[in-house]
Order: sequence, then structure tokens, then C-alpha cells
Amino acid sequence: MITTPTSAEKKVVGRSIVWLMLSPVIKIWPELAAIVAAFLVGAIILVVTGHQIGETFAYLFRGAFGSRLAIGFTLTRTVPLIFTGLAFSIAFKCGLFNIGAEGQLQVGAFAAAWVGFALPPLPPLIHISLALLAAAIAGGLWVLVPALLKAKRGVHEVVTTMMLAHVGILLTRYLVFGPFKAPGWIPHTPRIAASAELARIMPPTQLSTGIFIALACALILYWFLWKTSIGYGIRAAGLNPHAAETGGVSVTRSIVVALVISGALAGLGGAGEILGVFRRFVEGFSPGWGWDGIAVGLLGRLHPVGVILSAFLFGALRTGGMAVARATPVPLDIVVVLQAMVILFIAAPKLMKILKRRGEKE
Amino acid sequence: MTEDKRAPTVEMVEITKRFPGVLANDRVNFSVTQGEIHGLLGENGAGKSVLMSILYGLYRPDSGQIYLHGAPVQINNPAKAIGLKIGMVHQHFMLIPNMTVAENVVLGFEPPGLVLRSRDISSRVAQFAAAAKIKIDPNAMIEALPLGTRQRVEILKILYRQADVLILDEPTSVLTPQGIDDLFTSLRALRDQGKTIIFIAHKLKEILSICDRATVLRRGKTIGTVEISRTDENELTEMMIGSKMVPTRRAKKASNGKLILQGEEITAINDRGVVALTGASFQLHAGEILGIAGIEGNGQTELVEVLTGLRRPTSGKIMLNGVDLAGISPKAALDHGVRHIPEDRHQRGIVLDFSVMENLILGDHEQPLFKGFLSQLKYRFIRRFVDQRIDEFQIQTPNRETVTRSLSGGNQQRVVVARIFNRELTLVIAAQPTRGLDVKAAEYVRRKLIELSDQGVAVLLVSADLDEVMALSDRIIVIFNGKLTATSDRPTRRELGLLMLGETKDRS
Ligand SMILES: Nc1ncnc2c1ncn2[C@@H]1O[C@H](COP(=O)(O)OP(=O)(O)OP(=O)(O)O)[C@@H](O)[C@H]1O
Ligand SMILES: [Mg+2]
Repeated sequence: MITTPTSAEKKVVGRSIVWLMLSPVIKIWPELAAIVAAFLVGAIILVVTGHQIGETFAYLFRGAFGSRLAIGFTLTRTVPLIFTGLAFSIAFKCGLFNIGAEGQLQVGAFAAAWVGFALPPLPPLIHISLALLAAAIAGGLWVLVPALLKAKRGVHEVVTTMMLAHVGILLTRYLVFGPFKAPGWIPHTPRIAASAELARIMPPTQLSTGIFIALACALILYWFLWKTSIGYGIRAAGLNPHAAETGGVSVTRSIVVALVISGALAGLGGAGEILGVFRRFVEGFSPGWGWDGIAVGLLGRLHPVGVILSAFLFGALRTGGMAVARATPVPLDIVVVLQAMVILFIAAPKLMKILKRRGEKE
Repeated sequence: MTEDKRAPTVEMVEITKRFPGVLANDRVNFSVTQGEIHGLLGENGAGKSVLMSILYGLYRPDSGQIYLHGAPVQINNPAKAIGLKIGMVHQHFMLIPNMTVAENVVLGFEPPGLVLRSRDISSRVAQFAAAAKIKIDPNAMIEALPLGTRQRVEILKILYRQADVLILDEPTSVLTPQGIDDLFTSLRALRDQGKTIIFIAHKLKEILSICDRATVLRRGKTIGTVEISRTDENELTEMMIGSKMVPTRRAKKASNGKLILQGEEITAINDRGVVALTGASFQLHAGEILGIAGIEGNGQTELVEVLTGLRRPTSGKIMLNGVDLAGISPKAALDHGVRHIPEDRHQRGIVLDFSVMENLILGDHEQPLFKGFLSQLKYRFIRRFVDQRIDEFQIQTPNRETVTRSLSGGNQQRVVVARIFNRELTLVIAAQPTRGLDVKAAEYVRRKLIELSDQGVAVLLVSADLDEVMALSDRIIVIFNGKLTATSDRPTRRELGLLMLGETKDRS
């Protein structure tokens, strides 16, 4: 029976305003609890290893948010995480586990760098657009084979995207050590033309207009997934491929579209780093943004807004962690531990549930 | 029945359970005594499944108390319920497909001892089955079994766990008439051994033939409990819906419309690579309702899949208004005006985690009606459209944004049925269209199907329910072992029954 509010219920409306304000917090309590729990475990580890908790956390916080500069660094690191978090999310919305974003990010980065240094100077808008386009295409192509194998033959994407990730990492490493190495000791390519650079918006930090591209991508992805019929089909295929198929959704097409967009987003993440931060392809420029995207996506509940928030959190952790490592004897690994704990507390249970459900269906 | 002075086996007192926007159980009182089969009935959304889920520890009541043999108990989770010897068979089974029947039965409750000897297990399970008069091969693989047989495994599973109280939520909705007879034989045997059985069903005939007493719920409230020997269909119907009902029967049509669908020698193999459909030929005309009767697993699933583009036939033609549908995509079939009510709503019918609104446009989301510039869904229009559907089909849901998973089984089915009326259609493939619907809703759907045929739509009705097939169809074809056999003009139940078992007409 459907109920309408009774008079008794109407009386508590006053109280419910408090609830309304609290409700966003209540809705994301598992995530908040996971973060708190992760910090508790981090604290325990610090104590056990004989470090100062208060001092460490103070440095962590100040390193991430303590000054204009700190915030700039945090935001700089948020940008690639937004891209890879989105990349993971769209694939997962279609029930796919694109674990190879790191490879897609690397080939995307290289493609952007190449367009940046190989083409003659162009009007900036055109040059940047071309570089971004090249990165998106390279990243997208990098998952095309796994996508087709999955769609047509049912080959598990975890295996294929992972394998290709390593191929991508090795390929770009070869390119930057070999044919495209700029003269000198450091394995990096020539610098990109000034017309391909994304402008820095918070000097002296390396935060660039790439952040706006990341935010725009989040917005577009939200629109695509929830407001268009193609996104509707992708979500349906992810939740129940049989019903989706019966309802006229082409599941194979949805798989290919979702994975290619995922790869393109990871590729754009690479481009943002090259055009905005490094201005050339540098061997080892990514500390693993692609892998971190998995945690960002899961903590963000695969939702663009959630992804932005959790990318910010992980960006802050990394920035703060570096400050800790500089100022105290605590190694940077504490950040890795904190991240791992967040994943353990929030992502792992979810992942298990989803993979189990999939196992039952197959 | 003499007055029983002992405490009831299960007594649920003043149980209240509220979900956001829904009062599912409103101070419900419910009690069953040992050794009875107790029917629980009521309209879709009346609160039957919720009440039983509370007894099985899946939900906690907001208030109220459960007594077991007179003693108050707290049942916080299913493990606790199993410990208290309460077992439940859900509408949707939870078995592991690539294990044998016996392995599934003992899973989690293996007999003590270090090594599991599969022969011991299967002989133990066979003993249990024999005692409960359940026909089953303990060594069969689950994945090879039809739904009806899997249900027996679920029942065995709870018996193996020593359950004394068995809750069966709509067990007959997946069964054929023969399967129902078998189930009833088992249930009677179990009752005679002193088990207490709670039986949920929508068909009053079933309640009347198997139950000792029955309790009726309406809109979350207990209406009353009756002795089956002292009641009849009319009284139960009135308790359930508050009024009498006239069953729909199809008035025979004299003339046939134009030929809509013609199947020519359709052959298809099933998922396991076995031939499931051999040379199926039939004709279906505008305005006609063609019934396909048959025991589950004789090729009707594959026939439906072939006609809706879900399965590519190995040979043969499917001519719809002169166009061959063989091997086209489901989307193309939809675009040709073929609409489908799938037999398994959870598998093919709905996306459980979609909202009611999203499920109501599934299949039409690519239509210009709903889709605009840049593939954008026209939500403003869709919302209005969907609200109308919810109204018209009386889908009980707090609102259109509610996740479909939280709807009662019958209301989920209404979603599946409602959306076939979204746009123009030429052919409806209705597989078990009234499965899980209460009497009123089932009548409504049957009337709607008749209405469609009156408007010139061709209807193919696939149902395990012989009464339904006979009441609605202009013609009936029996499917057995992948072959179609036409029947006489007005076949009797007996004739259909024999054909469904593969007896030819001359021998019967
Ligand atoms: N988990 C849930 N969350 C929210 N609402 C729920 C949930 N489970 C049930 N309900 C609501 O409670 C009401 C009673 O549902 P219930 O499943 O008990 O009905 P039912 O009598 O079993 O009906 P049916 O014959 O259709 O199976 C329905 O309105 C349903 O929408
Ligand atoms: Mg129910």
C-alpha cells in the first residue's frame, strides 16, 4: 500500500530539515567510514613503525591543503585521476573491467606528445585539439582489440586489457629510449611546440587548463550515460545483458562503445600530463595514474561527481604524502598504504559483490 | 478440524514493516499449526513475500513479535532461521549451475567427516528425496535441469537442513500442470510426516486443493484466516479483492484476418547445441490468438527466441507480412512491430536495478517518441508518459524513480506487460504473460490481449497454464520435443494433455 504523509508525519517536517542537510553525508557514509578506517589503520602502522602520528598527519594535511601552492599541487594531481577514474567508471557501467588504463594513458600521452613536437607550430586551439584528438584515438584504439574480442568472442577483458597495458608501457618506453629520444642523458622526447601547450593557471604549480578539460569530460560523460539512449543501453547492458538484448539494445555495440570511450578518456589523461605538466613525453612520467583510476572510480561510485571528489582525495593524499616524505622520516609508501586501505575497505567489498554476481551469471 | 489447544508452531503477532513510501505489513497477525499446509494469499503487493522474508530473517520488522512453539524468538538472519528449522524456497532460485543436485543440496551442511564421498552424498540425498516423494536424479547437473526440477532441489535443500517449517513463495508459478501434481504429492507426504508448510499462490484452485487453512492479506493487513473445507473460490476472491470476479473467456471469432506470421520449417538448436525445434511450421493471422501448449523444455523457449530475433534458426523461414525475420536482431524485430513478454522476467524481462521509469521504456528507448536530438532521451515527455502507464496498469510503486527490484513480483510483471503497449505493434509473443499476477491483474492482462487481437494484432500465447491457453486462444498448437502439432477445433483438456506427452491422435 502506498502511503501519504499523515498529520503525525507532517509534524516532524521541522526535524527533517536537519535530515535534509545531513542526508548527503548519510548517503555516502560507507565511503566516509572507509576513509576514516583507512586513516586509523595508517595511524596504527605509524605507531608500530615508531613514527609520530600527529606530526605525520599534520604534514600530510598541510602538504595537501596548507597553502595556495599546496592546493595547486593537489589539483595538478587530481587532473589525471579524474580522467582515469572516469575511464574506469564508464567501462564498469557496462559491466566491464578495463584494468589496462595505464597502457592507454601512456600511448595517449605519446600520441599527444608526437603531435606536439612533430607538427610545425599551429594556431594553439588547433594544435591542442589535434594533440587531444590524437591521444583520444590512440587510447581508444588501444582497447579496440580487447573490446572486439570481448564483444564477438567473449574473451575476458581483464586479461586482454592488462596484457595490452604492458605492451603499451613497453612500446612507449621503446619509443622514448629509441627513435624519438631527444639528445642528452634523459629519456624524453623533444619539447612540444609552444602552440600545443596547455596554459598554466596557478604558477608556479603545474596546474593547467587541463583541469577544465577533465571537468568537461566528467560533465559530458554524465550527460552521455544518463541522458542519452546510447548511455541508457550501456547501463542496461551492464546491469542485465539478457534483458538489454531482449529490449533491442545491441550488447556487443555497447561493449565496444563503452570500452573505446574508456580508452579515449585514459588517453586524454595522458595528454593532459604531457601538454599541461611535462611539455614532452618523459619516461616514467606517470606514477601509475591508470592503476589508481580503479580505486578512484570505485570510491566515486562510478559517478562523474563522485569521481571528481575521490580524484581530489587521492590527489591530496599523494601531494600530502610527498610533503611527509620530504619533512619526516616516514617514507612516501605511507600514501600507498592509505590508498590501499581505502580500496580494501570500500572497493574490495563492492568488487567482490559485482564479480560474484557476474560469476553466477556466466 | 478439532480445536487445537497446543501453541501454534509459528505465530506472528502485530508485525509491521515499512519501506520508504510503502507500508508493506500493517500489524499483521499470522499463525500456523504443526502438520498443516497453510495458504497465504492476496493481491500483488499485499505483503506476502515481505511477511515471509521477516519470518526467514531477511528483513527485521519495525514492530511485532514472532513466537515459535509459544516462545518469543528474534530471527535476525537466515542462518538463525535455519537454526530454528525454518526454511524458505524463494521465487528465484539460488543454485550453483555446474554442480550436481546432491552437491547443491549438502552445500554448507556437509555430513561430518573429513572426505566427502560423492557416492555417500548422493545416496543420502536420494533417501531424503524418496521420503519426500520427490522425483530427482541426485547426480544430474543443475544447469541441465528445467526450472521445475530445480525447484525440487531447493525443497530438498531445506529438508536436508532439517527444516520443520517450509515456506514456499509462489512455487507453482514455474510449474506445468504435471509438475504441480508432483509438488502437491510431495507436500502432502511432508505434511503427513508432521512438517508445517506455508504455501503462497495466486491460483485459488491450487489453494483449495492443497491447503488446510488459508490467510488472506490485503494492502498489508490481515483480512482473516479460513478453513478450506468451509470456504469456496467466491469467498476467497471477495476476501482478497473485496469484490466478485467474472473470468474472461474469448468469444470465438468467425472469420480470419490476413496472414501476418508464417513459420516455415523452422529448425533451431538450443544453448547446449541440441536440436530443440524441428521443422516447425504454422500460420498466424491478424486478430487471431494462437496458443502454444506444451510441457516446459519442449522447444517453446527456442521458438519464442527465434521469433523475437534472440536466436538464429539453423534453417527455415519466418515470414512477417512478407519479410523474413529469420536471424534478424532483436531490435529489428521490435522495429517490425514484434513485441515480447519474456517468460522469465528476472532474466530477460527487466533490469532489476533500473528505475520503474527506465524499465517502462526498455525496447522503445531508441524510438523517435522517446529519443530526440543527439540521442537525448526526452525525459520531460517520458515522465508524463510513464506515469500514465503506471496508472493504467496499476503498478504499485512509491513513484516512477523507485528501483524495480523493490517492487513485489506481480508488480514487476506489470511493468513487463505494460510496456508492450508503448507503440504500434503487429505481433505479440506473450510467454507466460500472467505469471505471478494476482487474479485481478491476470484478468486485466487477458482482457488487454483480447483487446489487442480485436484491433487486428496477431497474438502468440505461450503458456504452461492450460486453462489460460484454452480460455484465450482461437486455435491451439501443441509443442512436443521440438515438433508442432495442430489440434482439433475445440480440443479437450484430455486431448491436449495426451498431445503434450507426445501421444499421437490416432493412438489416443
Ligand atoms: N526491499 C524493498 N524495498 C522497498 N519496498 C519493498 C521492498 N520489498 C517489498 N516492498 C514493497 O512492499 C510491498 C509488499 O511487497 P511484497 O513483495 O510482500 O508483495 P507480495 O504480496 O509478495 O506481492 P506479489 O504477489 O506481487 O509477489 C510492495 O508494495 C513492495 O513494493
Ligand atoms: Mg511476492
